Amino acid sequence: MTTRSVRALSGALKPLFSPRSPQGYVVAVCHQTHKSTYTAPPARYGGRHTVTLIPGDGIGPELAKHVCELFRFCCVPVDFEVVNVDSTETSEDDINNAIMAIRRNGVALKGNIETNHNLPPSYKSRNSLLRTTLDLYASVMHCQSLPGVRTQHRNIDIITIRENTEGEYSSLEHENVPGVVESLKIITRTKSLRIADYAFRTAREKGRRRVTAVHKANIMKLGDGLFLECCKEVASGYPEITFDSMIVDNTTMQLVSRPQQFDVMVMPNLYGNVVSNVCAGLVGGPGLVPGANYGENYAVFETGTRNTGKSIANRNTANPTAMLLASCLLLDHLKLHGYASMIRKAILSTITDSRLHTADLGGKGSTSEMVQSIMDAIQSTGPRTQRH
Amino acid sequence: TANAQLSRVVGAAKNETPQSRTFIRGIQTVTLIPGDGIGPEISNAVMKIFEAAKAPIRWEERNVTAIRGPGGKWMIPPDAKESMDKNKIGLKGPLKTPIAAGHPSMNLLLRKTFDLYANVRPCVSIEGYQTPYTDVNLVTIRENTEGEYSGIEHVIVDGVVQSIKLITEQASKRIAEYAFEYARNNQRASVTAVHKANIMRMSDGLFLRKCREAAEKYKDVKFTEMYLDTVCLNMVQDPTQFDVLVMPNLYGDILSDLCAGLIGGLGVTPSGNIGANGVAIFESVHGTAPDIAGKDLANPTALLLSAVMMLRHMGLHGHAKKIETACFDTIRDRKVLTKDLGGNSKCSEFTEAICQRMKDMD
Repeated sequence: MTTRSVRALSGALKPLFSPRSPQGYVVAVCHQTHKSTYTAPPARYGGRHTVTLIPGDGIGPELAKHVCELFRFCCVPVDFEVVNVDSTETSEDDINNAIMAIRRNGVALKGNIETNHNLPPSYKSRNSLLRTTLDLYASVMHCQSLPGVRTQHRNIDIITIRENTEGEYSSLEHENVPGVVESLKIITRTKSLRIADYAFRTAREKGRRRVTAVHKANIMKLGDGLFLECCKEVASGYPEITFDSMIVDNTTMQLVSRPQQFDVMVMPNLYGNVVSNVCAGLVGGPGLVPGANYGENYAVFETGTRNTGKSIANRNTANPTAMLLASCLLLDHLKLHGYASMIRKAILSTITDSRLHTADLGGKGSTSEMVQSIMDAIQSTGPRTQRH
Repeated sequence: TANAQLSRVVGAAKNETPQSRTFIRGIQTVTLIPGDGIGPEISNAVMKIFEAAKAPIRWEERNVTAIRGPGGKWMIPPDAKESMDKNKIGLKGPLKTPIAAGHPSMNLLLRKTFDLYANVRPCVSIEGYQTPYTDVNLVTIRENTEGEYSGIEHVIVDGVVQSIKLITEQASKRIAEYAFEYARNNQRASVTAVHKANIMRMSDGLFLRKCREAAEKYKDVKFTEMYLDTVCLNMVQDPTQFDVLVMPNLYGDILSDLCAGLIGGLGVTPSGNIGANGVAIFESVHGTAPDIAGKDLANPTALLLSAVMMLRHMGLHGHAKKIETACFDTIRDRKVLTKDLGGNSKCSEFTEAICQRMKDMD
């Protein structure tokens, strides 16, 4: 890149980034709402919460239906406002409507919206747009070995915290010279401090001992170097938590040989993608792990690995566990802990019965059979339920 | 001065190697770069095993410590470059990168000097070295010159850094065609392009387009595309579904190390770097292990398997099979194993066991 184009690009980017305050970290912390002072969105309508539901594509719609079914059965005081996003539409109206609905309600449950990567770059990934517009800066995935699910490794308990809005996913690409494409990866001090702070706070709240930062600072010295520096800075404020760092390729190697050594992991966007998918695969696959995207004011819950599952759509073979556990995370977020633990317990007891395992776990069970079994488990142990 | 004169004469005699020397009596000359740390001892092990196997290879040892050339640019010693250019094939042990030495890493220097554009890592499960994953048999082909490792970074304003990922049509075309060529030459059924074009539409989109174009020319090899996260997810659940994977630099770095982890780590994984002008350098990708250097404890498997890969590249399949079988049988037997493989034998004992096995085979 010539110096002139660098300066031009810096000029173009400068207005996007507010000038850094001289106090840096301390000021950034003051601007954030700590989780301890978090209040759930108010249940305005007769004590019932309204949650935006975006079914998405592939297996999304059928799983969303099962969530509604289960919530109705358990008499959960949540009403869903369904917003459909048509991924074949090139206009961004649908996704903007969804974003507006989420701003209104504060929380959402979503399926993955397909991105046709053969369309030109003007068509941005809808999921990415949602995340960046609502500033859902932390993507959290808790991967735990589940009893009853056979995997190569046991006793895994890793929380992956991934920066969700910048890094390689900035969608800033250009072709200055025909045949030469440049893609920009942006790392900023503010966002790195923010995600590191989120990671350490979460670790402290959940009583975790160790946070590992995953990076490639030996090659990307300035970018990942900045990220690492921010993590170190935040770590100094949490003396009871051990902080270490690991290069991403070594991390993946360690994950497949000895995943039990990891506790909480924090990383920029792309490495987060890789590591969270590896962790999900290690505990049993995309059908089991829920994911949560937290921002300062909004929270969106989905399956951890964000797959559309196009090939198994509408066949009643999808594993509903991930989506149902995501709905439990949603209930926890709304402070409806009673319902959350009731549903979670029922899901875990169903999972241990291998006769009900769906195809992704090597069984022959169907989605509806699993959901039915969960409802039966709740009926036998829960307070009151409502059958149709 | 007498010694100096003698060494000059000997040096002169050593360096006068006419072009024909490479092919005397069907013997191929290969440049050997022993490297640092455990490099020299594992290189010796490989040379001994090749001798026992009666492989038609003559080794030309060279050193690649960086020196400052004219104009102040760092480069590898001219005799090393000359040797590689002449022989075209090289075998390299681990090189240490001293921090703050002022020069770029040696591996980077070699890559730039010979335009080593493809990094090939076949990952095959080793019987006798148990890992939670069995029957792994895949090859990762990674673009080695551009992508996220172009090293172009800027500080835009204080606290905002941009790193540039460069994808060019030329490099993508070259690596895609190499991947299909490799698949065809090694009887591999399919090639999968790994990308993230849903997010990085232009850059990975370009890479993907070039892969698709190359697939058109090689209709006998099946071509599929898969997102990076889907590959990672499926790789740790069932690695047997993958065959040849081709991808840009960063994804290649992560995935090739992931696959190495599946079969047992860098101590048993071979690797080859293919360059322009027919140059190919095969190497072990583990570190220099300074803590066990010189103690006869090192495991030469990685370098040995890389050397076997080299023999296959040169077309010497018979010798390659012989050495590989001897190595795998020794590991499977579990009687003589180095410490990292779970035994407590010395490097020399392990080497001897392999040589003995080959003698028994004859």
